Amino acid sequence: MAERKNKTLIIIPAYNEAWNIVNVIFEIHEQIRNCDILVVNDASTDSTGNLAEKTGVAEVLNFPYNLGIGAAVQAGFKYANIYNYKYALQFDGDGQHLTSHIPMLINEIETQKCDVVVGSRFIGESSKFDFKSTFLRRIGIRIFTFITILLIQKRITDCTSGFRIYNRKAIKFLAKHYPADYPEPEAIILLGKNGFTFAEVPTKMRARQGGVSSISQKGFFYMIKVLLSMFMTVTRPKIKINEPEFAVR
Amino acid sequence: MNQSLLLDNVDISKAQLLAIFGSFALLFFLLHQIRSKRIKEEYSLLWLFISVIFIIFSVWRDGLNLLARAVGVAYAPAALFLVLILAIFLILIQFSIIISKTTENNKHLTQEHSILKLEVKKLKHELAKIKSEMNDGSTIKSEHTDKLAK
Repeated sequence: MAERKNKTLIIIPAYNEAWNIVNVIFEIHEQIRNCDILVVNDASTDSTGNLAEKTGVAEVLNFPYNLGIGAAVQAGFKYANIYNYKYALQFDGDGQHLTSHIPMLINEIETQKCDVVVGSRFIGESSKFDFKSTFLRRIGIRIFTFITILLIQKRITDCTSGFRIYNRKAIKFLAKHYPADYPEPEAIILLGKNGFTFAEVPTKMRARQGGVSSISQKGFFYMIKVLLSMFMTVTRPKIKINEPEFAVR
Repeated sequence: MNQSLLLDNVDISKAQLLAIFGSFALLFFLLHQIRSKRIKEEYSLLWLFISVIFIIFSVWRDGLNLLARAVGVAYAPAALFLVLILAIFLILIQFSIIISKTTENNKHLTQEHSILKLEVKKLKHELAKIKSEMNDGSTIKSEHTDKLAK
């Protein structure tokens, strides 16, 4: 039986990341002691799933067909919910996120009383110089930030960042409700709308170590789709959390 | 507009017979599909509603003229297309709703299926371990029967 050994679960959604996944897993395993690793293999056509299993230090969920990154991360939340993890950290399988920044996120969510901590590329001292990206993508992220402020009155400087940690309350909620395709900005709106609280910590991201980003291929479609989803999410009524612990005796 | 002018060369009763026959054929075809469980009742309601509308307009000839005048369409048969297109739109929107629901359900199923798959694999592994240990010696055997009893 899969077991919860630590209180933090690191969820790594991976699609065709055979070039990176083993490094990512071992890096986390060596540097971060008190956490379990879950790789969600979104029906990769390469050997991502097999390689992840062979490391022996990660649990692997294999989808029979490709469902998209949102569904992959959500499967992680479901797993975290079933096994009662206190925190779930999302970490990309492509090696862009820095393992050394994981403790910062864990520390922040433990000390700050908030539900979500986002690793942001746009706060902190060296933010302007470190993040190498195309002009268009930076503009896109600025637009998302602006709209996020507009819609939920919260300033999240990097709402496209997939480097996040969630607490138990957020895990439970997201196991049921999580957007599908390119879920990061939409998830912020969804959580903000439903009264969850945020914090950000400065983080850096590396250039991709291999493979191809799924987002850059369909940039325009992505923008439109996400914008539509964000506006739709904010117009929906608040989701009632019907759990026994909230019930009146 | 003068009807006799437009429809001079058309045998109206023939067209009407065809329309009535077609509409009833559609209704019975649908009922047959529902009876043989190829269409679920909840998804057939819109179809049945539409086929009844077709029957009404095919039997009641002035109905179409009335409708045309009511919505300000000069040429009555064009109103028929309006009804037809509206019906197709409704059905297609319903399909989109059903597809979205099915996709969402599919996603949840797949996610839980992947978790179950992992659990089954782990359990099998553990079972194999216990079995092989049981075959190894009596001391280990008693330990595990204790464990299993708990």
